[in-house]
Amino acid sequence: MAERTYLQAISDGLRQEMRRDKRVFVLGEDVGVYGGAFKVTLGFQEEFGAWRVIDAPLSETAIMGGATGAAIMGMRPVAEMQFADFVSCAWDHLVTVAAKQRWRAGTPVPIVLRLPSGGGFSGGPFHSQNPESSFAHIPGLKCVCPATPEDAKGLIVAAIEDPNPVLFFEHKHLYRRIKGEVPDERYVTPIGKARTHREGEDVSVITWGAMVYTADEAAKQLPDASVEIIDLRSVMPWDKEAVLASVRKTSKVLVLHEDTRTGGFGGEIAATIAEEAFEDLDAPVRRITAPDTPVPFSPPLEKAFIPQVEDVLRGLKELIEY
Amino acid sequence: MATTAVDVVMPQMGVSVSEGTITKWNKQVGDEVDADETLLEISTDKVDTEVPAPAAGVVTEILVPEGETVDVGTVLARIGGEGAAPAAPTEEPATQPAADAAEASAAEGQAPAEEPKELAEPAPTPAQPAPAAAPSGNGKSFVSPVVARIASEHGIDPSQVPGTGTGGRVTKKDIQAFLEAGASRTASEPQPAATAPPIAPAPTPAQTPTPAPQPTPPSQEPEAPGPGESFEPMSAMRRGIAEHMRRSLDTSAHVTSAIEVDMSKVVQIRERLKKEYQNAYGINPTYLAFIARAATETLREYPWVNGELRGDKIVTRNYVNLGFAVELTDGKGLIVPVVKNAETLNLLGMAKAIADVARRAREKQLTPDDVVGGTFTITNPGGYGTFHGTPVISQPQAGILGTYAIVKRPWVITDENGADAIAIRSIMNLTLTYDHRLVDGAYAGRFLRDMRERLQTWGEADY
Repeated sequence: MAERTYLQAISDGLRQEMRRDKRVFVLGEDVGVYGGAFKVTLGFQEEFGAWRVIDAPLSETAIMGGATGAAIMGMRPVAEMQFADFVSCAWDHLVTVAAKQRWRAGTPVPIVLRLPSGGGFSGGPFHSQNPESSFAHIPGLKCVCPATPEDAKGLIVAAIEDPNPVLFFEHKHLYRRIKGEVPDERYVTPIGKARTHREGEDVSVITWGAMVYTADEAAKQLPDASVEIIDLRSVMPWDKEAVLASVRKTSKVLVLHEDTRTGGFGGEIAATIAEEAFEDLDAPVRRITAPDTPVPFSPPLEKAFIPQVEDVLRGLKELIEY
Repeated sequence: MATTAVDVVMPQMGVSVSEGTITKWNKQVGDEVDADETLLEISTDKVDTEVPAPAAGVVTEILVPEGETVDVGTVLARIGGEGAAPAAPTEEPATQPAADAAEASAAEGQAPAEEPKELAEPAPTPAQPAPAAAPSGNGKSFVSPVVARIASEHGIDPSQVPGTGTGGRVTKKDIQAFLEAGASRTASEPQPAATAPPIAPAPTPAQTPTPAPQPTPPSQEPEAPGPGESFEPMSAMRRGIAEHMRRSLDTSAHVTSAIEVDMSKVVQIRERLKKEYQNAYGINPTYLAFIARAATETLREYPWVNGELRGDKIVTRNYVNLGFAVELTDGKGLIVPVVKNAETLNLLGMAKAIADVARRAREKQLTPDDVVGGTFTITNPGGYGTFHGTPVISQPQAGILGTYAIVKRPWVITDENGADAIAIRSIMNLTLTYDHRLVDGAYAGRFLRDMRERLQTWGEADY
């Protein structure tokens, strides 16, 4: 066990898998000589060489297309989008080919696509998004969104082992801010299993990624209330059973995500709760999300955009008092 | 000290009560009021009660005048100045135990509370200004899915549960607490059939819980009084009684049997005990107390008279909760407070308990709990000299005992030598009105016979 940042944990997991399995290689913009825009792959090229740590041209299409071809040929590519926002350029290879190849031709496509995502540092509309719901909607893709260093390491390993394309949404705001004990040895955190971040009786918060910490801070500010926080860890597949169990216990639910509201994955969770736990509800399911706008640059506007502790506090109070 | 105005709202008196009528404002605009001081009196279809001020301060506004009927939660007044905590309408129901199931009712419209003679103890005569009729509101009727499901599984009416949620809504925690409280009550006084098996928690949509009997909505507002007629508004209580009486007649197969009882021995014992009880306890051993004692003992031998038809089950009990019809408002109102576990009371205890509920009925101090849970009712319309009647059963009970005037009559008695003679005796008619769905005439006849036997033969020690 050692204390690692969220970013170090991803790096450690990736390095371990590359040492363990020669099929694993990374490709992306500036991942080699520069060590990655956020330095996740710092020192990788020295250790594994330029053929396993490939500096790609400034073309997400090429990165995704190359990764798909390599995966079909039996490799285990870990491709990086410098920012998750740019994955739109790779849409066709990812959505049309990689996601459907298994159903179309029976070939597994074991790609991991690392997607540094999320806002909170005035990155503006091109460098702050959380596009997980767009891909959760595509059958054939898995979407993982770790919140803790331990999960980041265990889930990158699980993503590499998985025979399907897995989108690994790593939250930039957690990279160096969040530290935690991480086992040194190799371990796998199963994809699709939620984690109870905090146990409670009065109200459940269903969330993932950086919002786990926002929810935690809000819960701490309500000492009289017993707030349960479920960290989904992955939105596709998502741990429906854990969510429904929590709902059956508390009967009040707040779904919280940093992504924008309409079509955000919170809507799917809310709908499922309404379908399968209707008779356990003691209040309407409440969503707290970013509004339906691009992410603003301006710090005050970005603060207004991304759900804050106060927003969650207000939502929790409303539910508790309902 | 809060400087903002504090709202005084119409409290939710548990129950199916969704509205209340202001009967009296004890304070006027500009008056100072202390926290918890009585601010106004209200009347609902279940109980009359006083509403304490939620905070200290000056009454700045009175928004609902006397006589008006408004929904639960309606702001009635505002208290400004050095107010304390903000008005917590949701706390009202919490402090006032819920009630409902049995309705305040029984008897046939008139229902004097007291003894034929010497109505000393409870002779309730509350002055109740006739409240104005108002549209029947639905109040805080929203029931969340989980509350509906729990209510349906346990066969309870959510409107009986005091709500602490927004606007008095019943939350999951409220209904769970209510169930727990009920469970402990059940445990302390075993009720064999009362523990209705919960409906299996099927994944089917929650069954709509049986709606609480709503007061009969005011029927179509007639255009105008005819020549020589005048309109008088119907109080919430009047509507409640009207609904309950009609429902009872629609539910039970009412049959009345009567028996004549020689009360001479009771008269004798009572004469003896009166002074002693009065001096030692300040209690009047009323005839009603004697009759209640004899009835309680007899009910234990006739469990179906003390029983209930619940669905296709016959409920019997090893306890007796006696309801007593108490007249209010000069005979223009009626409430039936219940003496719980009457089988544990001796004559003194019974007299005390009856006096207590009757006094509290008169002073509007009854809580909703006081008017529910009865298993049998005694009504005493004989106070004005009537010698017979056919009371209406208080649902869901199976019987109601009527007691009538005790009058001296020439009576044929047989002396110890077997010779008949005419004597002057204190005779009282007793009626038992029973639900023939459950109780047959022979069973009722035996009940009356055994009651008469007790009243005619019991010595002082037997009471």
